[in-house]
Amino acid sequence: MNLWQFMLQNHTEVLELTLEHLWLVGISTLLAVLVGIPLGILITRYPALNRPVLGGANIIQTIPSLALFGFLLPAPWIGARADRLAILALALYALLPLIRNTYAGIKGVDRAVAEAGRGMGMTDRQLLFQVELPLALGVIIAGVRVATVISVGLATIAAAIGAGGLGEYIFRGLAMVNNQVILAGAIPAAAMALLADLSLGWLEKRLSPH
Amino acid sequence: MMSQADTRPAIEFRHVSYRVNGDASRELLHDLNLEVQRGETLVLLGRSGSGKTTTLKLINHLLTPSEGELRVEARLTRDWDVIRLRRMIGYVIQEVGLFPHFTVERNIGLVPKIENWPARRIADRVRELLALVGLDPEIGSRYPRELSGGQRQRVGVARALAADPPILLMDEPFGALDPITRAELQREFLGLQKRLRKTVVFVTHDLREGLFLGTRIALMEAGRLVTVQTAEEFPACAEPLAAAYTSAFGTGV
Repeated sequence: MNLWQFMLQNHTEVLELTLEHLWLVGISTLLAVLVGIPLGILITRYPALNRPVLGGANIIQTIPSLALFGFLLPAPWIGARADRLAILALALYALLPLIRNTYAGIKGVDRAVAEAGRGMGMTDRQLLFQVELPLALGVIIAGVRVATVISVGLATIAAAIGAGGLGEYIFRGLAMVNNQVILAGAIPAAAMALLADLSLGWLEKRLSPH
Repeated sequence: MMSQADTRPAIEFRHVSYRVNGDASRELLHDLNLEVQRGETLVLLGRSGSGKTTTLKLINHLLTPSEGELRVEARLTRDWDVIRLRRMIGYVIQEVGLFPHFTVERNIGLVPKIENWPARRIADRVRELLALVGLDPEIGSRYPRELSGGQRQRVGVARALAADPPILLMDEPFGALDPITRAELQREFLGLQKRLRKTVVFVTHDLREGLFLGTRIALMEAGRLVTVQTAEEFPACAEPLAAAYTSAFGTGV
């Protein structure tokens, strides 16, 4: 039986795992955006927080993913369900590119522009929302793009703790020593990563000020 | 606003020093005493690092004096609501600092907009200002990157004048322009200032520009005020640094 036949025969399961995968990636990225972008803004306002925040996100990034799943297991509510745990872990990994790009994007705004705004009497909030964030948007979206692509790949490992997603096929295939089954998980995951990369890349270009 | 008859200086420095983060070894300005009269154009002349830009940024409170008292319209800058203070001071810098994602219209109308003027009044004001600085009204819908250096600088001046501030701070506004455009803008600015009578503090390292535009010249060096002379007196000033400037610029002044 070749790969194509396998996928056709199991199309409902392939679809189900793909949707699960999308769910894990989508919710975790959304969570990371909601936390990471405000944190990135915060450290442009309070430079003293710069090192602890970026350092913390860096450290999370160095924890091997399986170990992170293990660490989170005893957490109340989170540890009770595998998908919650996977979403939290994926969101934690996505934080670094989001915080870093938000910070770099705002810091990268032409100093003369920011100074002119402040000198004309814009409040910090006006400067942030009318000038800095619009000008940093391209760089911030680039961060979302990196985070999403990494997340699609990492989410395959979530199957190891029973959170579902396309990793199911990869682990099953590994156990069965069956490349077709591995590919049935790996190919849709790769396609998803490519698609996310392309669409967010397009958005990044559209939203860049020049 | 204060009336024209008010004889108190618009800006007054009393023993003002500025040190970066209060670090005594990084004193950018030392014991400055200076008054800027209402309606005059005071030129701060000096080399880079002489403290001209620091002096300017103290006035709109982008920097805070480390020592001494600085009053704008008779009130200490640290007692002003900083946002109110800055909105009554127009600010023009060499790099212009136009917002690249705003059209020319939105750039010029920025301060009126954040002051909550009604849209109609902003549009009228923008049209008026474009004419005032000699720009075609069609330019209003363009973005800064589509303009020449001279046009951009004119937009910068129009933006600073938008809410009709009594005080104008100009930090080498024509420094990056080619000599012809530069001379043109200097002439236009002089004409504009004759009509508007703003209180202007103008930073430059070009004595010729300073003499052409200024009522008085404040010569600065290494964070200190060397001398203040009227534009008429300056070329004959015996103070060694002033004389050095005059001879460096030769017969042209």
